[in-house]
Amino acid sequence: MVGHTVRSFEEELNQLTNIIVRMGGLAEAQLAGAIQAIVRRDSDLAARMIAGDARIDEMEQEVHAFTVRLLALRQPFADDLRAIVGALKISAELERIGDYAANVAKRALVLNQAPPVKPVAGIPQMGRLVQEIVNDVLDAYVERDVEKAMAVWRRDKEVDELHTSLFRDLVSVMMEDPRNITPSTHLMFIAKSIERIGDHATNVAETIQFVVKGTSPTERRPKGRDSAFDGEQGDDKA
Amino acid sequence: MADTQTTAGTPLVAQGDAAKIEARDCNVFYGEKQALRNIALDIKANEVTSFIGPSGCGKSTFLRCLNRMNDIIDGCRVSGSITLDGEDIYHRRIDVVQLRARIGMVFQKPNPFPKSIYENVAYGPRIHGLARNKTDLDEIVHTSLERAGLLGEVKDRMDQPGTGLSGGQQQRLCIARAIAVNPEVILMDEPCSALDPIATAKIEELIDELRENYTIVIVTHSMQQAARVSQRTAFFHLGNLVECNDTEQIFTNPQHKLTQGYITGRFG
Repeated sequence: MVGHTVRSFEEELNQLTNIIVRMGGLAEAQLAGAIQAIVRRDSDLAARMIAGDARIDEMEQEVHAFTVRLLALRQPFADDLRAIVGALKISAELERIGDYAANVAKRALVLNQAPPVKPVAGIPQMGRLVQEIVNDVLDAYVERDVEKAMAVWRRDKEVDELHTSLFRDLVSVMMEDPRNITPSTHLMFIAKSIERIGDHATNVAETIQFVVKGTSPTERRPKGRDSAFDGEQGDDKA
Repeated sequence: MADTQTTAGTPLVAQGDAAKIEARDCNVFYGEKQALRNIALDIKANEVTSFIGPSGCGKSTFLRCLNRMNDIIDGCRVSGSITLDGEDIYHRRIDVVQLRARIGMVFQKPNPFPKSIYENVAYGPRIHGLARNKTDLDEIVHTSLERAGLLGEVKDRMDQPGTGLSGGQQQRLCIARAIAVNPEVILMDEPCSALDPIATAKIEELIDELRENYTIVIVTHSMQQAARVSQRTAFFHLGNLVECNDTEQIFTNPQHKLTQGYITGRFG
């Protein structure tokens, strides 16, 4: 499609996309760092990741201010309107992803005070998968590729399944030795945070479809069985 | 562009959902030049339909077809059919003066007669014999001015010239004048383009109130205005009706690339 007659509007829309992409890159890095902090038992790295979340929060504010300005001054329609509303929604999802990554880093600090428990190995596996998902959904956003976004959307099921399996392992470890309860509980929350990041990535995928096509996914998102809540699927998921 | 392109969206209303005006295969020529191509469009009763599109796209031409204002233009030829409540308005038995009373028009520039406010509104009902006596006529003038949201501002100076009013008041006077002959449809050709934002807001509010009793078609260059006042929007381009749909759909998720390009300002 040809560019806008008003070129400065075109530039502003590109600028908005750029902020989202940078914000996404930062959220991705925060998640990767937090997981590394657990794997390498690196408390310095964890502390840096905790501090790093503030920048994502700032960028979310930046996106808010920018979108409100664009809505007021440009009064956009059609795909422009959807792109701006979409950026606003995606920025909120990325901000939450940053929060969960910071939470993982905080728990890494606590875990590093105690001897490691065995199921910790499941965390990097889940982390890698979710990092891939976040990475793919950001690519899909840049490329405005609905197919790619929907592939992410369907893939979140794998995260749910890993989460459930890790949950069971942790319950067994706790039953074996009560001294495992504290670190295992932290690991459970970490796993839950990573799983929630996957959910936010699927929200981004849905928003990409809205931005590009103006529609929402019609099928129900496939979900793995969620941890111990058998029969109570989805709990607080979008 | 092909002569027989299909219109995106829903230019025709669903069966059973009565259309006030139906246009089919409507072509308009100015001499050799074709201004409109195969327009097929339904206008629903008691709704506001807006026509948008770049200058010269044919939207005003089509609006003028709806009450045969094109008849007075030399070399203008209309083919196809346009019906009002199922009756062909181009049939030779149709009395054009009567037709224009049923389908009134408000123009871009407020054009009150150089007469008193009262006479501006009373003129139409008088020539159409709508009032039996002075009391009837007074009643029609008052009701029309009231419906046009102007009565409060002019009731103490009905004998003063209509041309002495502000632009916005003059436009509402013209709307009162159109209403006075008890029309079914009101056509508006860029009714706010000469008005300030407050006067524009008053007209838009009025349009919204009027649709309870009238069917309204408005041509506007302001996309925001189309979005604010209309329930359905039709987009014209180079004499074609490109897309027609619910206004909300047109402005959030248009189906045709040309519509999208036009409303987002990407025409180059």
